[in-house]
Amino acid sequence: MTTLERTDTELSRLLMQRRVEEFFYFEADLLDAWRLDEWLALFTDDATYVVPSTDDPSADPADSLVLIDDDRERLHWRVERLKSRHAHREYPWSRTRRFISNVRVVSASEDEVVVRASFIVYRFRAGHADQFIGRYRYRLEPAGDSFRIRARRAELDQERLSPNGAVSMIL
Amino acid sequence: MHAETYIVDEPENSIFRVNRATMTSPEILAKEWDTIFSLNWLYIGHVSELAEPGEYRRRTVGGRPLFFVRGKDDVIRAFHNTCPHRGALICRQDEGVASTFQCFYHAWSFDTSGNLVGLPDEDGYGPNFDRSERALAQVARLEQYRGFYFVNFDREAVDLHTYLADAKEYLDLVADQSLIGRMKVVKGVQSYSMRANWKLLVENSIDGYHALPTHQTYFNYLQGMGGMAAAAAPTPDGQLPPRGRGGVALGNGHAVVDGRAPWGRPVARWSPTLGEEAKGEIEEIREQLIQKYGREWGLRIAETDRNLFIYPNLIINDIMAITVRTFTPVRPDYMEVTAYELAPEEESGDRLHRRLRNFLEFLGPGGLATPDDVEALESCQLGFGSGGVTWNDISRGIHRKALGSDELQMRTFWRQWNAQMTGTPASRWDDGPIAPREPVTAGTR
Repeated sequence: MTTLERTDTELSRLLMQRRVEEFFYFEADLLDAWRLDEWLALFTDDATYVVPSTDDPSADPADSLVLIDDDRERLHWRVERLKSRHAHREYPWSRTRRFISNVRVVSASEDEVVVRASFIVYRFRAGHADQFIGRYRYRLEPAGDSFRIRARRAELDQERLSPNGAVSMIL
Repeated sequence: MHAETYIVDEPENSIFRVNRATMTSPEILAKEWDTIFSLNWLYIGHVSELAEPGEYRRRTVGGRPLFFVRGKDDVIRAFHNTCPHRGALICRQDEGVASTFQCFYHAWSFDTSGNLVGLPDEDGYGPNFDRSERALAQVARLEQYRGFYFVNFDREAVDLHTYLADAKEYLDLVADQSLIGRMKVVKGVQSYSMRANWKLLVENSIDGYHALPTHQTYFNYLQGMGGMAAAAAPTPDGQLPPRGRGGVALGNGHAVVDGRAPWGRPVARWSPTLGEEAKGEIEEIREQLIQKYGREWGLRIAETDRNLFIYPNLIINDIMAITVRTFTPVRPDYMEVTAYELAPEEESGDRLHRRLRNFLEFLGPGGLATPDDVEALESCQLGFGSGGVTWNDISRGIHRKALGSDELQMRTFWRQWNAQMTGTPASRWDDGPIAPREPVTAGTR
């Protein structure tokens, strides 16, 4: 029986991986439960939330038409809208279930952790089951043993928003 | 429902009704493919998308796969996307720059003008084989107005300028926003869908009546961001702004809502949502427009909004940004939508980003308003399935000079649609008893 050598570097890498995954599962739970105020509180004041158009998942919202390009203020209004009875595509709220996997910590420093992950979001409403599949890119700010979100980007793999029509919930 | 009536048009009785079967019937959709989408001018793209020789864009227009390309000879052509040999798609990427187009199936090659310039083992064909008879098939007609390119599958169709009728004035108001005379389509395409009949999106795109009830959360956002005073505010020099003409029938089924809305316009009406730092720049753009075009035209460009509908399926809404949007039925209860952002070519950096963010505050499948429209249209389509009601009421404002919140815009669409589907020329575009101009029927079929 061989002894597994565990270096401090490896342990800290595993710990980081575990913390990031826990954070993603926590965030997914908040979103699936529509606990949007708690979700919004995860974001830093200078945070961004971007969903590129389906023709170019790498598009820069500064020079390309995307689907969503929210700063913290726009995100606040998006949440207010979804909490009201007047975001008609989400009143009543759809049922969603998020699966996050293939989590890769791209880089980690004391100041910032960069992560990418795969997602599947199922959305059920009005007799339809729609799926949104793609890749998340996060820039996270370490905060104790958890994180705050500086940048959150959901890049869809599908070629068009068909037949799911709109990104009416948080992706 | 061939024997049934599509619309009931009786302005003298304040009645305008549309049969809901027009939204649900597969037979009617089949007839639309043969008439509406085969005889009219359909938008394919903008000149700015084909900047250099060999540049191409692949598009589905009227349900057909096409591509359009700027040839090495600098001529823009639209081709049916099919190999003249055995049928495979020639252009299999959405965009790019090509020196030749080669069919992957048997390696026939075509130059950017569509000529067959190479094929393997040409000796295998008989003595009468003529390369010139195997060129790529061009779409019957391709014409442009102010950089907007349209195709028509009907060789006998009236020319585009005549077809566009009074809509040209509103296309001019859009095209003239560039102070260097060049508009561009910004990178990025919003491709989405709605589980609804395509004509519901025609109605919705020029419907001022739904804005406040449907999009309440958007207006809450505007209010919360600093107010909705832009619509009523005097222009920076203290004069009252132009008010717009309300709902206007533009001939041949085209229509516009010409007004003044409470949001900001990057060109050029500042509001708090555009940011304090942008105020000076936007007012300067406005002054430059007045200098270039004179006060009346300059102020119309800068201060008024227009929801412009080009019959049968092009929307150019010049509102909090400029969206160019086409949509095509797939089934009676399902359409696909493609939307672009148009901007003055001179916009870049912060100025372009400001425009794009202003677009997204309302527009598109992730905006703060368009998802409500998707829901509304899908809701109508589900409602049609309930039965019990035969007719939609589209009579609002039929007794008066139409406001932007009236439904004249929809009526003029339906009049032309009905004329083409029944093969009888429309007798009027407006609600009044006198036809303002000679109707132009598409094609001679």
